Amino acid sequence: MRKYLPRGIVFLYLLVILLGPLVMMIYRTFEDLGAAWGAITEHNTLLAFKLTLIVAAISVPVNTVFGIVFALLIVRGNVPGKGLLNAFVDLPLALSPVVVGLSIVMLYGTDGWFHWLPDHGVQVLFSWPAIVIATLFVSLPFVAREVVPTLREIGDEQEQAAHTLGASGWQTFWRVTLPSIRWAVIYGVVLTTARCLGEFGAVAIVSGNIDGKTQTATLRVEDAYQFAYGNYAPAYGISLVLAVMAIIVLFTMMLVKPREEAT
Amino acid sequence: MALPIAALAWRSTQKGGANFWDVISSPEAVAALKLTLAMAALAALTNAVLGTVTAWVLVRDDFRGKSILNAVIDLPFALPTIVAGLVLLALYGIKTPLKVDAGGVHFKADITFTRWAIFMALLFVTLPFVIRTVQPVLHELDREMEEAAASLGAGSFTTFRRIVLPNILPGILSGLTMAFARACGEVGSVVLITGNLPFKTEVASVFVLQRSASDPIGAAAVSVVLLTISFAVLLVIGGLRRWATRHERA
Repeated sequence: MRKYLPRGIVFLYLLVILLGPLVMMIYRTFEDLGAAWGAITEHNTLLAFKLTLIVAAISVPVNTVFGIVFALLIVRGNVPGKGLLNAFVDLPLALSPVVVGLSIVMLYGTDGWFHWLPDHGVQVLFSWPAIVIATLFVSLPFVAREVVPTLREIGDEQEQAAHTLGASGWQTFWRVTLPSIRWAVIYGVVLTTARCLGEFGAVAIVSGNIDGKTQTATLRVEDAYQFAYGNYAPAYGISLVLAVMAIIVLFTMMLVKPREEAT
Repeated sequence: MALPIAALAWRSTQKGGANFWDVISSPEAVAALKLTLAMAALAALTNAVLGTVTAWVLVRDDFRGKSILNAVIDLPFALPTIVAGLVLLALYGIKTPLKVDAGGVHFKADITFTRWAIFMALLFVTLPFVIRTVQPVLHELDREMEEAAASLGAGSFTTFRRIVLPNILPGILSGLTMAFARACGEVGSVVLITGNLPFKTEVASVFVLQRSASDPIGAAAVSVVLLTISFAVLLVIGGLRRWATRHERA
């Protein structure tokens, strides 16, 4: 009895908070599959998914490179203010996405510091650059956070050995450092991708939410719910597509994790 | 990253410090901030307790499908927050199937537009934090200490309280703090289910979201308060990290 109590509590809790609701959403989608499918294949929904994927395709590689650079600076670098940099990288994790969004408005908006940009033909706010900037901001920490502990763990002996044998900095990085942190990088990339695909708060403020133009998939879900008029199947349908993407991400995480621990 | 934040802080006081203070001390803003802090604390604490139990089960218990359970825990991290909100609406919304209307008992698990909705949404999105910070520590923990305690006559509760808990406490606390920070800033999962009624279910982030277009300076003022909370949380986590490794550094 004693043995089964903790297990029972956990199962019940996950059922109430996570699995029950998820199964119900799937059921509701299939209950009115026609409406759900109609909403998913609607032109503007497809455009929204396209925008989300494009934004992710830009943000993920950029933040992967920055994440590795930040991690190298934090662990190996010899720059003043390293502790500050370390805390700064974590900031987006502790910060509300709406604060991020509003900060960007404050910078690029009509009264913002960079308000002169649109006059020079560079439209940032309510356009895709703002969405990319917001997404970059919120998804910044993931690669760095995964790579930092791995870098600490492997130490720099091998790098020094490579250096002694005459390898240049680049060669050392490509041949020695990168191969040993690759699983941490991949895991970080997976988490970054999940965040990029699912960002809502920051994007909701900066994108302007223009149908078929600056509406991302998550904003599309919100719209579908707000204009549901009692039939939520369309919103559930689009959500389910996003949920399937999340589950694919999760599955990749599962595949990557054991290998990371094995090394 | 630094530039937008600087711009936010600068512009929030653009109409003078007095205006800044007026905004954040306005009844609606105060209500939203109080509600946010209370709900975030409640959700983080609940998940600290249930998360510790879950981590325990994942490390010490053994049953079929445990690896699936372990993977499911990460779902709230992977799922877009707006989808999290909709998922909860599917089961606990207006059309909830969980209702009893017989024999004088009227019960309907419809939590929309109530504070329960905020609580549930925050529980959902902060579920993994404590589990993921406690799990590795528990995994590394030497079981010999517990066996020694048990052989010296300690009951299982005493062993847990005196041996296990002190070891996993830093993990619990840092997970709790991260969960609290996340809960304070949560938007996507609460925006649809709570109805955002001022003074009742409107949290600070939603306050900012709704005013971002109409009253950006006011929204910026409340944002600065949220920003301060985030910085405080990061400081606490840094402190916890130092405290947890105090024996290794000494």
